[in-house]
Amino acid sequence: MNALITADHLERDYEVARGVFSKPFVLHAVAEASFSVAEGTTLAIVGESGCGKSTLARLLTMIEPATGGTLEIDGRDVSAGRRGDLRALRATVQIVFQNPYGSLNPRQKVGAILEEPLKINTSLSAAERQDRARKMLAEVGLRPEHYGRYPHMFSGGQRQRIAIARALMLEPKILVLDEPVSALDVSIQAQILNLLADLQERRGLTYVFISHALSVVRHVADEVLVMYLGRGVEIAPAEVLFQTPRHPYTQALLAATPVADPERRGHRLRLAGEMPSPFNPPPGCAFHPRCPFANDRCRTELPKMLPHGSTTVACHGVEEGRIPLPATPPPPLDTTVSVV
Amino acid sequence: MTLLDVKNLSVSFDTRSGPFRAVDGLDLHIAPGEVVAIVGESGSGKSVAMLAVMGLLPDSATVTADRLAFEGKDMLTLPPSERRKIIGRDMAMIFQEPMASLNPCFTVGFQIKEMLRRHTQLDRAARHRRAIELLGMVGISEPERRLSAFPHQLSGGMSQRVMIAMATSCNPKLLIADEPTTALDVTIQAQILELLSDLQRDEGMALVLITHDMGVVAETAERVVVQYAGLQVERQPVRDLFRTPHHPYTAALLAALPDRSRGARLPSIPGMVPGQGDRPSGCQFNPRCPYADDRCRTIDPPRQPDALGGALCHYPLNVPAKVTA
Repeated sequence: MNALITADHLERDYEVARGVFSKPFVLHAVAEASFSVAEGTTLAIVGESGCGKSTLARLLTMIEPATGGTLEIDGRDVSAGRRGDLRALRATVQIVFQNPYGSLNPRQKVGAILEEPLKINTSLSAAERQDRARKMLAEVGLRPEHYGRYPHMFSGGQRQRIAIARALMLEPKILVLDEPVSALDVSIQAQILNLLADLQERRGLTYVFISHALSVVRHVADEVLVMYLGRGVEIAPAEVLFQTPRHPYTQALLAATPVADPERRGHRLRLAGEMPSPFNPPPGCAFHPRCPFANDRCRTELPKMLPHGSTTVACHGVEEGRIPLPATPPPPLDTTVSVV
Repeated sequence: MTLLDVKNLSVSFDTRSGPFRAVDGLDLHIAPGEVVAIVGESGSGKSVAMLAVMGLLPDSATVTADRLAFEGKDMLTLPPSERRKIIGRDMAMIFQEPMASLNPCFTVGFQIKEMLRRHTQLDRAARHRRAIELLGMVGISEPERRLSAFPHQLSGGMSQRVMIAMATSCNPKLLIADEPTTALDVTIQAQILELLSDLQRDEGMALVLITHDMGVVAETAERVVVQYAGLQVERQPVRDLFRTPHHPYTAALLAALPDRSRGARLPSIPGMVPGQGDRPSGCQFNPRCPYADDRCRTIDPPRQPDALGGALCHYPLNVPAKVTA
């Protein structure tokens, strides 16, 4: 399987003004992000707010240029940035945002929302555009009469379907999903996740799925990248990551996620403190102030991403073999309830 | 003895298209020191019910109840001045958006001390000491310095800690937490939930947790009430609810959780929660229920016995053999 997205030491810095006479501060929103996504698979990017996962989404969708490193999409180098290339690439990568209430124009009818990408990027006639929009409505599980309605007439789940339909209008190969279900109720969330799985199967789509909900990630992802303060800390195939999380942050994240099973309460690794401010990142490993295993090396030297079996981890402790695996790994996915 | 005793609580709002019943016939009994979770999707009336108990609803709401008593005092007939002495002191509430719940114009210290000024006899110096003690108790570092911080200088997790400090400043007997961790990151959520559990255990405070997150319910609650479209469709102890849900809605909700399913597709619930205009006749869940028949579509479902989770359903699930006999 060939890699559709390859990122190598991708970086995004922002210059933040600190006053007229002082030099602007350089904030590293994303640093040294390296990963690749094979065609037809799902990469999940996980982390808490402020870890740079949405910035990464903006780089992948070419909303913003990277300030360092290389990004290759569909065999073409984005950072080389020839205009014609970028134009074609933008149609290849589309995005679905978190909040379906904010991402649709309230003054446009659903039909117009869906046809706009075609109007700008293709030379299809009005009749052809309408035909495609109606077909897309059916494909995402909406009814034909929804074509002439406004976004406010829909529920959150239906709006997210519209947003997904809009993203698919140009037949992209890659869909970046930025927290697509976190604003939805559980029963609706399941519908949208199923729709995304159907679309991936039918169209062979590649997903970059950004989320903080680990239970959702476990369900959808083939590979998972965990980020902390702008840097990747661990990347591994999903089942490997959930069975044997190696980085102490990944372990803590898994332990902090509430499990919907009252029989397995208690015993867990709690993290003290909060994520440090990116304006004042700690020296060495960014996680060391909260890490129970930190030593002097962690406090001074920045860890590199090193392979460890099928996992790649950035942790001195893992490298030195002093991070134990969690005592009770989460059980495999077979704890279904008996319905009926 | 029950701390909070609610019987047949209904709340309806006057809207342009007629009255809308947001809560219909809610029963709730909370004993001192208990943790009860109210679960439901948006629009299920779980927050409105608790706002009604606190007396925080606007004038457009009509609250009726057979009984709404806190420590034996009838909250519906109590004069407002008496009621205000209870609200905030013995019964307190924290909300989903910690950033929006604090007044941006005043320091954190002022807002905490305001509670103490209204509800306690403490003098100025004692209030200051108590405020520092409270911030320390909720795990804020350098509490003395933080007293002079404004809300915008705090992170979401810190603001929620301040809210908890405020709500627990007068040692309430009941704390109502409305989605206290929804806006927070998982590691911070775990910290806040642990803080609430510690307070509940150490101070013997009863806790009502309003949430849509089944994971949070499983981790913290003792008893669970499931709300759907304004109705209480099921109530059970937490282990029994997860093991043997009796209402089809509860069962479907549990099955739809990504962490409880295997296979590529989640068992989802078709359709959505009915709103004001499209409430069905008969059982509110019937358009989405896989077991619904004509009886469900026409006749309001009966309340099953407590052994069946008080399920509001014609055909409850997981019925043990001896109950049917």
